[in-house]
Amino acid sequence: MTNTLPAGDLIDLFLRFLMLSLLSIGGAMSTAPEMHRYLVVERGWLGEADFTTAIALAQAAPGPNVLFVPVLGFQVAGLAGAAAALLGILLPSTLLSLGVSRWGATRRETPLVRAFTAGLAPVTVGLTFATAWLLALPYVTAAEHRLGALALIGASALVTLRTKLAPIWMIAVGAALGAAGLV
Amino acid sequence: MNVPRPAAEASAAADRPASPLAVFVAFSLLALQGFGGVLAVAQRELVDRRGWLSRQEFVELYGAAQLLPGPNVVNLSLMVGDRYFGWRGALAAIAGMLLAPLMVVLALAASYQQLAQYPAVAGALRGMGAVAAGLILAMALKMLATLRGSVLGPALCAALGLGTLAAITVLRAPLAWVVIGLGLGGWGLARWRIALHDAAAARAQEVPADFATDVSREPPAPPSGRDPGAPG
Repeated sequence: MTNTLPAGDLIDLFLRFLMLSLLSIGGAMSTAPEMHRYLVVERGWLGEADFTTAIALAQAAPGPNVLFVPVLGFQVAGLAGAAAALLGILLPSTLLSLGVSRWGATRRETPLVRAFTAGLAPVTVGLTFATAWLLALPYVTAAEHRLGALALIGASALVTLRTKLAPIWMIAVGAALGAAGLV
Repeated sequence: MNVPRPAAEASAAADRPASPLAVFVAFSLLALQGFGGVLAVAQRELVDRRGWLSRQEFVELYGAAQLLPGPNVVNLSLMVGDRYFGWRGALAAIAGMLLAPLMVVLALAASYQQLAQYPAVAGALRGMGAVAAGLILAMALKMLATLRGSVLGPALCAALGLGTLAAITVLRAPLAWVVIGLGLGGWGLARWRIALHDAAAARAQEVPADFATDVSREPPAPPSGRDPGAPG
């Protein structure tokens, strides 16, 4: 599954992901179709299954979902590929975000910046409900263990709202129930 | 109100990190708990448990993190780190968010073929996914409370929020277009409402002088633009 690439190809990968970084509005996942076109179709460095596996692994593992990007790089060219992909996708967007947030922080009280935060808040809340819905959807549509899974989703939400329990304990309970075949 | 204030002073947060190392450790711990997404865990750790951000500040930073290119939680991390320790804090937060999970996910990628055979592994992933969905649901419900007192008012907030939800779940529109379209729309609407609100506040300041002497022993009122909760 892991290969090596000539330095020229590694640089090409880095530069391509560097460009994608500034297009990744809403998260790195929004550039996944373009990465697929480059890695699978154009270059043929990865198969279809490798690409899907990278995304599934990053979703299942702890940490931000952007980590599917270094997994893709790892599958293409080992640790060097992982570094090239991750640095490429992060450098431009990170520098831009740092600059913009500093610019905004000194102008917190201006009408334009206040309007920005006030105007974006409902959109952010709507997106968070949408994410909850999309994450819950597979459990709603699958007939097997539907009630158990929905009960677990509801219980996790309730415990989060009513207690200060750290999420890792809820995740551990979920993993144990799932491994036992109960949800 | 034209005097720029340090960000930490403007913050309504209960506590603050002691050092960049504390930032790195906190972000490493929260990232390692983030199965199926880090956002809900970040809200829980930074707002509910550590008190580094108020609920309101979290929504504000997250909103900006979303409209900017790049992974939302990475943008959010760097903004939180930068607020307390400048670029060193930003670097500590990003490194904390990425380093430990990167090692875990690369180890998984290297051993994936062997692990996939066990049904218990697939079941455990399923259970963890359900908990992740519950965490995000609770976070959305908490964020809902921060909209109370928005300059936009309840009707516009509901329209923007429900419009976003429908665009993503029903229309399956690309996230970038939803964030740009409705985000810029919300920005414009909020700018208009603030203008209305400030005009009303300016008129209110031209009240008769006897009213002014009545309140003279009270502490000075906050500057007119600071209270987004007052009716327009």
